[in-house]
Amino acid sequence: MDFTLRVWRQAAPGTPGRFVDYPAPGISPDASFLEMLDVVNERLIEQGHEPIAFSHDCREGICGSCAMMIDGVAHGPVAGAAACQVHMRSFRTGARVTIEPWRSVAFPVIKDLVTDRSALDRIIQAGGFITAPTGGARDANEILVPKDAADAAMDAASCIGCGACVAACPNGSASLFTAAKLTHLGLLPQGQPERSRRTLGMVAQMDREHFGHCTLFGECQDACPKQISIDAIARMNRDYLHAVITARPERSGGGTG
Amino acid sequence: MTGQTRAVNARVPPGPLETKWERHKFDMKLVSPANKRKYTIIVVGTGLAGASAAATLSELGYRVIGITYHDSPRRAHSIAAQGGINAAKNYPNDGDSIFRLFYDTIKGGDFRAREANVYRLAEVSANIIDQCVAQGVPFAREYGGLLANRSFGGAQVSRTFYARGQTGQQLLLGAYQALERQIGRGAVDMHPHMEMLDLLVIDGRARGIVARDLITGQVQSFVGDAVVLATGGYGNVFYLSTNARMSNATAIWRAYKRGAALANPCFTQIHPTCIPVSGDYQSKLTLMSESLRNDGRVWVPARGGDARAPGDIPEAERDYYLERKYPAFGNLAPRDIASRAAKQVCDEGRGVGPAGLGVYLDFRDAIQRLGAGTIADRYGNLFEMYERITDEDPYRVPMRIYPAVHYTMGGLWVDYNLMSTVPGLHVIGEANFSDHGANRLGASALMQGLADGYFILPYTIGDYLASAKLARVEANGPEVRAIEADVAQRTQRLLAIKGRRTVDAFHRQLGRIVWEKCGMARNDAGLREALAEIPQLRAEFWENVAVPGTGESLNQALEKAGRVADFLELAELMCLDALQRTESCGAHFREESQTADGEALRDDEHFAYAAAWQYAGEGNAPLVAKEPLAFETVHLSQRSYK
Repeated sequence: MDFTLRVWRQAAPGTPGRFVDYPAPGISPDASFLEMLDVVNERLIEQGHEPIAFSHDCREGICGSCAMMIDGVAHGPVAGAAACQVHMRSFRTGARVTIEPWRSVAFPVIKDLVTDRSALDRIIQAGGFITAPTGGARDANEILVPKDAADAAMDAASCIGCGACVAACPNGSASLFTAAKLTHLGLLPQGQPERSRRTLGMVAQMDREHFGHCTLFGECQDACPKQISIDAIARMNRDYLHAVITARPERSGGGTG
Repeated sequence: MTGQTRAVNARVPPGPLETKWERHKFDMKLVSPANKRKYTIIVVGTGLAGASAAATLSELGYRVIGITYHDSPRRAHSIAAQGGINAAKNYPNDGDSIFRLFYDTIKGGDFRAREANVYRLAEVSANIIDQCVAQGVPFAREYGGLLANRSFGGAQVSRTFYARGQTGQQLLLGAYQALERQIGRGAVDMHPHMEMLDLLVIDGRARGIVARDLITGQVQSFVGDAVVLATGGYGNVFYLSTNARMSNATAIWRAYKRGAALANPCFTQIHPTCIPVSGDYQSKLTLMSESLRNDGRVWVPARGGDARAPGDIPEAERDYYLERKYPAFGNLAPRDIASRAAKQVCDEGRGVGPAGLGVYLDFRDAIQRLGAGTIADRYGNLFEMYERITDEDPYRVPMRIYPAVHYTMGGLWVDYNLMSTVPGLHVIGEANFSDHGANRLGASALMQGLADGYFILPYTIGDYLASAKLARVEANGPEVRAIEADVAQRTQRLLAIKGRRTVDAFHRQLGRIVWEKCGMARNDAGLREALAEIPQLRAEFWENVAVPGTGESLNQALEKAGRVADFLELAELMCLDALQRTESCGAHFREESQTADGEALRDDEHFAYAAAWQYAGEGNAPLVAKEPLAFETVHLSQRSYK
């Protein structure tokens, strides 16, 4: 198959970028989208040019590294797939394919298609965990988790942290990412003690990172390679309201002994 | 660095197997809570082993510096593990115990692992599940709310815990979240986009690392009191493997060149159930979880050249060769055995698919027995993944699978305390060689990574710190500066070659050599050929590799070049190791050493040891120390899964 790629090239953060056209002839329909980029890059290197920088690693849709807008769609044309799981058979031969980095103020471009997504880690730092230091855990089967709760928690926990939800959102909101983690932990009995604190902390961090607000466009769930539902966002909003109303002041700890 | 082989001492504590660890925990020195914050530990890698260790050490009060070349700790390759994690919980009441898990692991490893380490692994396995559940890992549950289990290859009990086909992801997110909590508190100083390129050994002790910032290109040092490598395996030496594309051997190889022994490098696991190669552009192979073998039946046409569609081949003309050859374990024979059996039927011309390099994994009977709904519940995401890649629907057409490189049992040699031959350098997870012998059982990698990180290293490293007298190391001292200069110069050298062949072209060629001559089957002649070809290829690489761009910014071609340069050296050591081990054991199949019916034939008299290779300087042949493996508890026997 033959393609023409229109790729965003940008040398460094804060420098101006531009689209550059590259021919991509002779590509196998069974090649993945990233393998197609590999072939183009090999040819660029052989001609003495710098290859197109893009994030990638596992190439099976689980590490969340790959991140690109393909013809304006986060992760490209296949529903429920990361860019690495899109195969060239999904395109028409002769097509002109536009490839851009994630679009979001919160994800500045590092180079070409590579963006800085560390804001998502900082949202997790703000409460996306259950405090359970190593050692001292009780027997696993002493905590009963109904199968439906475990299954729903797993649905939400399958988030790969790629940032497609942010890139697809007209507001650049990270609500689906944040809500997915809150839903995962909030559905489990182990997650209850910190539920309100977690919700307040993560939502506040989302604002600090300059993500936009959610106005329920629903673009995020369509872009999500793990097809996480925006029901999670409704849950987050409910938990947030509950947390704001019931928040108690934190007291400094410790006895005097 | 030349001269004599240094003996290795495993420092296995005395006493009965069952009480060694308990006693050792008491005998080890402690660092008091107030003193822990005076020690800095550098943890390289944030997979299951690294993230769990960094989080736990930080919770204990040590100062921790975390290093990862990823943009986030969550992207480490543990994330891709699918099937599950073993633990001797015996929840299904089917006769499991610590001893049985220990025994299965020793036997699965074909009696080439250290008994004391493996017993300890089985002992702490149950704690791992407790810890993970406490953190909120959403393991599969039964309707009553209890944890669900399934069985895996090489075991006759159901001891595998799982979270759909994403167990590695969920366990890693548990450890990652614990780590992020510590980062958020300021207790772990995390450095993403940072690649370790050398080890700082000062006064004979590991005191830090030299790394390159992948975004700015700046070479910098991190100094501390101990170094922990949790940098994973080296399966990508084969170019095509199930490993993530960036997984590499550089950290362990640099440590080897600074004096850490590397053990059993030829023990590489070839996983039987991967999607076959489809073309030259292929960048990696995708694993289909071993759990599929619980319900899928493996077969090929009984006669060669049978080109009919699988559905048209009647029952009588199919050869369910695993069930036929290994009736007791059937489709759940261990990985090395299942892989070799697949190679054998393909070598006989009975392989399926375009290149004849594939066998069927058929769910027809399971779907008839259980219904498509149950199969979808168990394996839905794997079936989808398969269909997406191959454009074939496994509910209707049997999957086609073929073995692929998946895991490396070899790695840096460590003693019972998980410390390498360089004092202060600890190695955990797949990066070390310790627990899987010559073949790893399914669902045991996750167990080992978390055992090392949560429950073993945090104790043993305290003993090292409390015992060692550590002088202050100046980050700006001349020794550190000299190694930084070495690293920067190596990078410049790669950029200055300006040759005509891409890094991937060299890597692909290296992969073909290693796959063909040091892959599923090895022989003397092939290994000697490889040992001649690899140095030639390496010489060509250093003259003709094309690395565009500069060293002062993100340069992915440069990163790859450094990694492949190290693979080109490591591959040679793998072949040397395979050559000296003239027995077959586990995944290491020497064609010269097989039983009458083609099974691996061990030679316990001569090879019941771990081969600990030591670097002897540029241009000198490496030296090998042998750690004898004493089997005091299990009886050495020829493995049988029949």
